[in-house]
Amino acid sequence: MAISKDEVRYIAHLARLGLTDREIEDFQGQLEGILAYVDKLKTLDVEGIAPTAHVLDIKNVLRPDTRRPSLDSDKALRIAPQREGDYYKVPRVIE
Amino acid sequence: MSLNTLTASVLLERLRQKKATRAALLADLEKRYAAVEEKVRAFARPPDFKGAPAAGVQGPLRDIPVVIKDNICSDGDPTQCCSKILRGFAAPYDATVVTKLKDAGAFILGKANMDEFAFGSSCETSCFYPTRNPWDRERVPGGSSGGSAACVAADEAVLALGSDTGGSIRQPASFCGVAGMKPTYGRVSRYGLIAFASSLDQIGPVTKDVRDNALLLRTIAGHDDRDATCADLAVPDYTAALGRDVKGLRVGLPREYLIEGMDPEVRAALEAAIALLKKHGVTFVEVSLPHTEYAVATYYVVATAEASSNLARFDGVQYGTRALDPSNKEDGALVAMYKKTRGEGFGSEAKRRIILGTYVLSSGYYDAYYARALKVRTLIRRDFEEAFSSCDLIVTPTAPTPAFRLGEKMDDPLAMYLSDIYTISVNLAGLPALSIPCGMTKAGLPIGLQVLARPFDEEGIYRLAHFYEQKTPWHTLKPKL
Repeated sequence: MAISKDEVRYIAHLARLGLTDREIEDFQGQLEGILAYVDKLKTLDVEGIAPTAHVLDIKNVLRPDTRRPSLDSDKALRIAPQREGDYYKVPRVIE
Repeated sequence: MSLNTLTASVLLERLRQKKATRAALLADLEKRYAAVEEKVRAFARPPDFKGAPAAGVQGPLRDIPVVIKDNICSDGDPTQCCSKILRGFAAPYDATVVTKLKDAGAFILGKANMDEFAFGSSCETSCFYPTRNPWDRERVPGGSSGGSAACVAADEAVLALGSDTGGSIRQPASFCGVAGMKPTYGRVSRYGLIAFASSLDQIGPVTKDVRDNALLLRTIAGHDDRDATCADLAVPDYTAALGRDVKGLRVGLPREYLIEGMDPEVRAALEAAIALLKKHGVTFVEVSLPHTEYAVATYYVVATAEASSNLARFDGVQYGTRALDPSNKEDGALVAMYKKTRGEGFGSEAKRRIILGTYVLSSGYYDAYYARALKVRTLIRRDFEEAFSSCDLIVTPTAPTPAFRLGEKMDDPLAMYLSDIYTISVNLAGLPALSIPCGMTKAGLPIGLQVLARPFDEEGIYRLAHFYEQKTPWHTLKPKL
């Protein structure tokens, strides 16, 4: 499976991951290698096989919609890179 | 004998009889840390020997220190997954396993080194430093819970917790000569475990012997309404399974696991273990796991897909580090911040897995890779269901080789991934599996035996493993440091 550098760049953009030119080059080759290995999955006939996203036969877990203790918002905000009052502060989104 | 070399079970007895004190135990651990940590580097940061709060609780693990992997949250403590992106992060709450340990009277001694975000099989991708194998410092301790296994093997810890997504407890346990259990998926709450692959991750015990392992699993297992995937099943007293004989047990040997890459010394140790168990009445049967050769490929699609999604939360907004990038004009200030923060904060293995995971989930490739891998996962799971229709347990080597050299596989991600060939299927199928030492190579490296069971039959595993341990010296050997 051939992957172009532009594809690696595009995937990195989707993942919001800044990569250097060197990393893009390295990952291009490594990804080709890994995907070539993963391609062996295509040799199996999986027609009619149900997917397993999860191994346990579990059902939705419901609980009454009542107030109960949760993480204190000030405690959560204290570990933020930047806060303003009771909010997370981020760079301006809309100019 | 220094207290730090003893098992928790023996220590608890001595503490009860007032033949040992918590202070003396901590002093011995501190002495050991001062003597060997420089050589092993098992901890993510220095433990606080003085500040550990005294247990007020009369519990089954009273006054026993536990080292936990750096991806398990404990309130107020640095918890970094050995990644730069979480530099300065102190967890704002206790993971459920930590709450359970504290309720049992235990306390957290410190945090163990690991591969960054548990991505690795060698402990070399930690942002701090690689951990060394206590048996041979030129070799890796395994990973990703390499620090947890190394600190127990080096007697820098009494008990430790690791996490296992594709072998991350069992392979380092094998490389370091200790006991490491990956419990059934859903047996232990994942609340407070920083997620790698949510459908595969489990926290589990790393200990000096099987009895300690059973004791620690009993403490941390059980239902938790803060983890919706945690099974609502009673926790048996695992220590009650110890001491029973093994006569009449049927144990499966998967035909497909006798691969060419298996080291001859690993094979010899496995055969010797089989011979010993046969002598004591275990019946061995050949079983088939026909989709074994697809397990590593399936795993690297499923695990990276889930990881790419889980790691999206590290974006410089709520916690961890943040890096602005005013030079990036095309993305806008917010996306530029995300990219710079993540580009600088993640190491190369984390980036590689995020890229691979994003790729297999992206439009146009989703069906070819991710959707297909989920179907193959079903086939792998069925293989085990079929195999367990003719046996009670399965044994395999834990890893195809003993510990490899530092740097040996760092430039070859695929070779690194393939070192997990015997452990990965277990996570895909959600089964419990334990690694215990079953021999030493001529060069003095431990070899691990893996015991697998049906879902929620950890008792069956402990029964066989404890019996084997009682008949063999491997778990009593100590590395010379």
